[in-house]
This record gives sequence, structure tokens and C-alpha cells, in this order.
Amino acid sequence: MSGTLAAAPPSRLAWVMDRLWHHRSAQLGGAILAVILLSAAFAEFIAPHDPMAIDTLRRLSPPSATHWLGTDEVGRDLASRLIFGTRYFLMICLVTTVIAAGAGTVLGLISGAGPLVADAVIMRFVDVLLAFPTILLVLAVIAILGPSLLTAMVAVGIGNIPGYARLIRSAALTVRREEYVEAARALGASELRIIFGTVLPNIVSPLIVYTSYAMPLAALAAAALSFLGLGAQPPAPEWGAMLVNARSFLFTAWWAVAAPGLAIFAAILGLNLLGNALRDVLDPRDA
Amino acid sequence: MPEPLLSVRGLATHFVTRRGTLRAVDGVDLDLAPGEVLGLVGESGCGKTVLALSLMRLVEPPGRIVAGRIAFDGSDVMAMDDKALSRLRGRGMGMIFQQPRTSLDPLIRIGNQISEPLMQHAGMSRAAAAREAIALLEAVGIPAAQARAKSYPHELSGGQAQRVMIAIALSLKPRLLIADEPTTSLDVTVQAQILALLRERCQALGTALILVTHDIGVVAQLADGVAVMYAGRVVEQGSVAAIFARPAHPYTQGLLQSAPVLGARRDRLNAIEGNIPDLSQPIAGCAFAPRCEARAAIGQRCDTDPPVPLPAGQDHMARCWRLAAA
Repeated sequence: MSGTLAAAPPSRLAWVMDRLWHHRSAQLGGAILAVILLSAAFAEFIAPHDPMAIDTLRRLSPPSATHWLGTDEVGRDLASRLIFGTRYFLMICLVTTVIAAGAGTVLGLISGAGPLVADAVIMRFVDVLLAFPTILLVLAVIAILGPSLLTAMVAVGIGNIPGYARLIRSAALTVRREEYVEAARALGASELRIIFGTVLPNIVSPLIVYTSYAMPLAALAAAALSFLGLGAQPPAPEWGAMLVNARSFLFTAWWAVAAPGLAIFAAILGLNLLGNALRDVLDPRDA
Repeated sequence: MPEPLLSVRGLATHFVTRRGTLRAVDGVDLDLAPGEVLGLVGESGCGKTVLALSLMRLVEPPGRIVAGRIAFDGSDVMAMDDKALSRLRGRGMGMIFQQPRTSLDPLIRIGNQISEPLMQHAGMSRAAAAREAIALLEAVGIPAAQARAKSYPHELSGGQAQRVMIAIALSLKPRLLIADEPTTSLDVTVQAQILALLRERCQALGTALILVTHDIGVVAQLADGVAVMYAGRVVEQGSVAAIFARPAHPYTQGLLQSAPVLGARRDRLNAIEGNIPDLSQPIAGCAFAPRCEARAAIGQRCDTDPPVPLPAGQDHMARCWRLAAA
């Protein structure tokens, strides 16, 4: 008995990674995400052309050996633009999630595990945010700050705060009633320490699961804003912005629309697959 | 009696809910000497746990301490601010709970759970606290402590988890340990070990112990003094010898008679008829009167006047009008 007990247990992270590694949709989603990450990291080395180089002689040329995915309406290489576009995609994912999850988690934690007054105030604020249609909220933020990629990301981030705040609040409400929270309090841990040292670590699983589902939606929303001209501005090789001009040539040069469209589709699919796998792996009811 | 370590007077903790005010603890007086082991007994729902939580001011809304004084080690617990309370908990008083496995944070290795308060309260370095944690695990009888310190709570048995809880609660050498039914969720064979360990560790550290339990046998084995709770009040308090030999309150007598005695074969255990009163209704006289066998002999007074503490012997009191009549 002591032999098996004495062995140091594997960490939870290692266990999660191991289960993910053998999960079918994690494999596919992870592969897609890995391609995006590698493209973003080594875009200069992978891209066959300069993504901004205009070549008016080769406008809207179909896919070929030189231009793998063809060129757009001013002769820029679409493959290279997609590869550099991965950087925009990742940045959008990161910034929107950091804003939404960061603010939402802090608000939800204070609301769910903090004083009752804070709960009342924060939840009314969240109710106000929820009462606005998200698109109206986002457009209002953009109207104030002016259209740019940063504004679009901030706006989408703010629009997603209420979802996180609600989720974290309900998770915190459950965890704070656990006996180990009471035990921590009986040991003289301060309220802040209990909120961030005991409650927060114990709600990381639902947070990760929710993020995996909210992040692709946020990325999609930011791409949509760029398509509407409210996000990334041309000539930036952002996938949503790339669709804007290309759509006029839908019937003559389908590749100019298909390339960024499919890139968005694949990237979102990858995130969703990975998110599904995380949900399977982290759901305590399934463990 | 020497200068008490803990002195409680008129403590009342009420829960204000939409359906009325629940008087979970309603006027408790309690004294505890340094190093004393006090058994706090009573049936489920009589306010034992709420009293234990109140002593550390851990009662959460809708519960609230509405009246009373708690003096601990010369300071007024009711007047403490958050900072003083944080010092009191852990250093002054420790607490262990009924469900040891859910009282440990599931995500933190047990060694770190022990060293955390050592770093926070005693100002130890990480390395020193880690060494101390292993020593503490050894002191509570965890085999291969060095390796076990790396375990997560779900890898422990209930008995081991309770040993770890004892190690944590006593890590800062508090002057008082409150154990809220520490063995209720454990196997019978493990119960005795945990109780022996509790007693041994408290004696070694000179820590007083309040043992909350509904098992009167445990009290006989372990405690110096007994406080019997009924419907939010301490109805009888005295030394173990006095209370087991000459229980003065009819409720205590009933409790003792309802416990099985080894060797004395009886076909049925005696039970106290009836249920505890509804604590959300005001009680005019003695809360036990409706179930009391002695009431007929005393008469009207039981229904109208709440009994006051009356002496029943040396260091022995009971709240029963029968003592006034005698």
C-alpha cells in the first residue's frame, strides 16, 4: 500500500494534457491552431511574397504555382496575406478575451464571493450591459472611439464582459459554500486571499470551458466588424477586411473571397473543436 | 477555577429569514480553562455547530450574533476588527470540521495547505514552512510524510484527511481548538484513533479543546468537562465525573439513558419522546418542558419562566427549576 501511495501523483495539468492528446477533436483543432500559431510566428519565412506588394499587372489572377491562392484586385498575393493575417486573428482572440475574461472574472468573483453590496451593484451594472443588444453596444463604443482594429477589439471585449461575469459569479457562489472555504476562513485567511487564492483556482475549469466557446465567437464578431469597415482598415491583411473589396468580384474571381472566408471558417472551426475537447476533458461530471 | 481562557456570556446567534427568526443560539454561557477539554453535546439541530462558529465569529448571513460577550485570552472577541479576527483565527483558535475531505482545498497539495498559514501568520520562509509541514504530518501519524506532502486531498482516506486537518489547525499552536463532530463521518475503527490523536496533540501543545459531538460516549472518554446544549442553550455544565454520576437536568438524564452500555443487555434503547422545539417560535418557559418527565412534579413554573442556572454541586450547574425546589 505504501508503495503506491508514496509515488508522487501526476499533476492535474499533465493529466489534462494527456487526455487532450488522445481526444479526436482536440487533435484536429490543435492541428489547425498549431498551423495558425506557426504561420504567425514565422510569417516572414513562410510567405512566398510580400503581403502588401501591389502588382497591377497580375490583378485577380487565379491560383497558380507562383500565387498559390491567386491574387486580389490590386495583385497582392492572397496566400501571403492569409499567412500574415494569422497575426491579426491571434491578436483579436487574445485582446478580446483578455478584456472580457479579465474584467468579467474580477467582477464575477467580487460579486459572487465578496460583500453583498458589491454583488448588488455589479449585477445591476451587468444587467444594464445585457439590456443593450450587443451589436448596439459595440457600435456605440466604436462611435465614441472611432473605427479602428483596436476599437473593434475593445468593443467586442466589453460586449462579452456580462457573459463572463455571470458565469464566474454563479461558479463563485457555489465554491464559496464549500467547507474548504470555511476552513480557510477559520485559519484567518483574509477575504481577498480567499477570493483570489481559494475561490478563483477552483473555478478555473468552467472559465476555460466558457472561454473556449466565447473566444471564437468574439473573433468572428471582430471579423464581422472589419467587414463592415468598423475594424481593421485596408490595406491591413486582416481576414474580415480582405473580404470587403473582394466581394465585388465574387462572380469573376471567387478565390479572392474564398481564401479569407475559408481561413476564418477553418480558424473558428479549430477553436471550436479544441473547445469541445476541453469541455469533455475538464467537465468534472465526466472525469 | 483558574482564570478562564474562554468566557462566553449571553451569546445569541439568530438567523433572520423570510419565514421568521431562527434562534439557533439563544443565551449561551460557557467557561473554559486553559488546556481543558470540554465536550459540547446535544442532539442534531440544537445549535452546537452555530455556537462553535460564533465563537470564532464565522457565522455568515443570514446568521448574525445579536447579543452576548465573548472574552478569549483577555481580549474581547466581539469588538475585534477584521485584522484582529484574522490573527485570532489560526493563532488563537483553530477549527476542524465534520467532513475532513471537503475541508481541504481539492487543488492544493496537502503539504502546501499546511505551510500556507505558517508563511502567512508565523512569517516563515517557504522552505522552513515546507520542512515544518512534513514534521507536522509526522506528528499526526501520517506515514511517509515527505512523499505524502505532495498528495492531493482526493488521494487521502477520510481518516488521513482528518489527520491532515488536525495538523493544519494545530500548526500555529492555537490556545483553543474547536472540533466540530470530528469523527462523525469516519469509520468506527478510525474514530478512536482520531480521538486519541486529538487528545495527544492538544496535551502536547497545551491547547484547550472544545469537542462538539452528539456521542456522549466520546465525551466520557476524552473530556474534562461537559456542556449539554438543548434548543440553543447550555442546559447543564459541569465536570465529566459529576455529570455522568449525578446528571441534574432531565434532558441530560435522558441522553445518558439513551446511550447503549456495554455489557448491559437491553432489548430496546431508551429514547426521549418528542422532538426539539421549533426554534423560530418564541419559547416562554423551559424549552424542554414539553418532553420533560420531571415537569409534572414541578408544575406551572416550567411553562412560564425560563430556568436560570442553578447550582447542582461543585462546579456543576443546570438550568432546571427542579433544583430550585429541592
